[in-house]
Amino acid sequence: MASLPGVSASRRGLSPTAVGVLFALPWLIGFLVFQLYPIAASAYYSFTEFSLFDDPVWIGLDNYRDLLQDERFFKSLYNTAYMTVIGVPLGLAFALICALALNTPSKLQPFYRAIVYLPTVVPIVAATYLWRWLLNAQYGYVNQVIGGVGLYQPLWQEDPFWTKPALLIMGLWLVGSTAIIYLAALKEVPASYYEAAEIDGANWWSKFWNITWPAISPVTLFQLVIGVIGSLQYFTQAYLFAQERMNQGGGGPKDSLLMYGMYVFQNAFQYLDMGYASALAWILFLISLAITAVILGMATRWVHYEGD
Amino acid sequence: MATTIPSPPAPRTGRSTRKLIAMAIRELAPVLITILFLFPFIVMISTSFKSPDETFSIPPRIWSDHWILDNYHRVFEVMPFWRYVGNTLLLAILAVIGTLFSCPLVAYSLSKVPWKLRNPLFLLIISTMMLPPQVTMIPVYLLWNETPLMGTWWPLIIPNFLGSAFSIFLLRQFFRGIPNDLLDAARLDGASEARIYWGIVLPLARPALATVGLFAFVGTWTDFLNPLIYLSDPERYTLSIGLYNFFSEHGVEWGPLMAACVIFSIPLVVVFIIAQRHFIEGISLTGLK
Repeated sequence: MASLPGVSASRRGLSPTAVGVLFALPWLIGFLVFQLYPIAASAYYSFTEFSLFDDPVWIGLDNYRDLLQDERFFKSLYNTAYMTVIGVPLGLAFALICALALNTPSKLQPFYRAIVYLPTVVPIVAATYLWRWLLNAQYGYVNQVIGGVGLYQPLWQEDPFWTKPALLIMGLWLVGSTAIIYLAALKEVPASYYEAAEIDGANWWSKFWNITWPAISPVTLFQLVIGVIGSLQYFTQAYLFAQERMNQGGGGPKDSLLMYGMYVFQNAFQYLDMGYASALAWILFLISLAITAVILGMATRWVHYEGD
Repeated sequence: MATTIPSPPAPRTGRSTRKLIAMAIRELAPVLITILFLFPFIVMISTSFKSPDETFSIPPRIWSDHWILDNYHRVFEVMPFWRYVGNTLLLAILAVIGTLFSCPLVAYSLSKVPWKLRNPLFLLIISTMMLPPQVTMIPVYLLWNETPLMGTWWPLIIPNFLGSAFSIFLLRQFFRGIPNDLLDAARLDGASEARIYWGIVLPLARPALATVGLFAFVGTWTDFLNPLIYLSDPERYTLSIGLYNFFSEHGVEWGPLMAACVIFSIPLVVVFIIAQRHFIEGISLTGLK
């Protein structure tokens, strides 16, 4: 807190609150127009039949009732859950492994760190097309390497079983920012803790488990929340993986790439069924709220903050 | 660190071999990881210089016998590539301007103006980061649809001038590190909040502003969803949605597509190399509470 509230403000007759609101005004306007109003409006639209060209017509709970009959709704839920439950922990684990590997006193560390981060600045569209090429069943390098050691070469973009693992592999290439954050966190762990443990003859694993893991747990929580939220919005990579020609988004083989965000998009902008799309959006909103609450609620059990 | 084999001072063989292995892992792991992360870049670049015959060779070869520029020529045939570059650049620069106008103002309110509701407001801003864009995109689209601005770039530009939660968060973290004594002294001298903001806080926050500006640039340069929703006129396309031109009934033109991806990525890679410190510090700043 500033020690002198409102010294200047009083001269000009503005209370600190007025000053605070004035400075925050851009965001407040944006919040009202682009977030609060849309949430309320989509709640209303979700109870209507609304084709963009006609005015919305109230139909009560029909959209929600239709959802329960809609196989593609459940399919998109499943696909999104798959990417979240497998993809997020996998990404965190790989980011942590990278950070541990890079956390050496090497002079080259800034270089290593830059290389690991570099893929995240590649435009996501370019990155996705690149991975479609790398994962090309016939000509791609990934299958060549896999085949070279005699393993099964999946049809990454044709076989519904392998399309999502293909996205997961691409996701590993994009863990740069999480790895950087982990690396920064690893450097914050006091060296004296490790020295004390070494005197007690602790091995690598017990040092990791008893010192490192608890010390970086706030970062893990934060990245988990960010990762889950990001995963719920999963869109671009799956959309582009499923793309056959021009800008028509499909769902991939047997809808195996149909993410929830894509299904909302398809209903809204391809089928122009704004009412149904709004119902889908509202379900997503509720799921996001619930998951965030659960993660934050569980956090106290395993996250250790310094000085607690 | 030394890459030569160290001579262990204590000749207890069992332990020293284990130490040696541990050291080898420690030295080799970063190199291995670097190669893994670099490999896709190498493929992208090498494919972009290959003839179709070499592109579709089995087994694929990284090193081409004859490097050709045909794919790069093709990029400019298939679509108005420079126009798309210009469009993307324009939007990215306007996003930077909008972000640097709005986000520091809000961050200042949250960190340096002593008003009661600033912490609840901060929580509210943070919690909007959890909101998937799919939840709001339909009513927002319908709103723009009511205005004559639909079909122009404005729906992609204006939101930047109203702040983004992530940038506000990052700047607030930075502003909190600026000593209040400095601002209080200025207040005692009769400086207005606007002058303190403009004359003291902003100049001190230059590194953080650079970071936020860079993220805005990268974010807009790579954005796909918003251009997909709002740009229907091919004249106004950005690179992100222009690249689909390489997909046709006859399949994908991988060579030219990779060439386009190289050109598309280069500006960001260059920006990153020049301003690496800002990226890494910004990322670390947001990650550690």
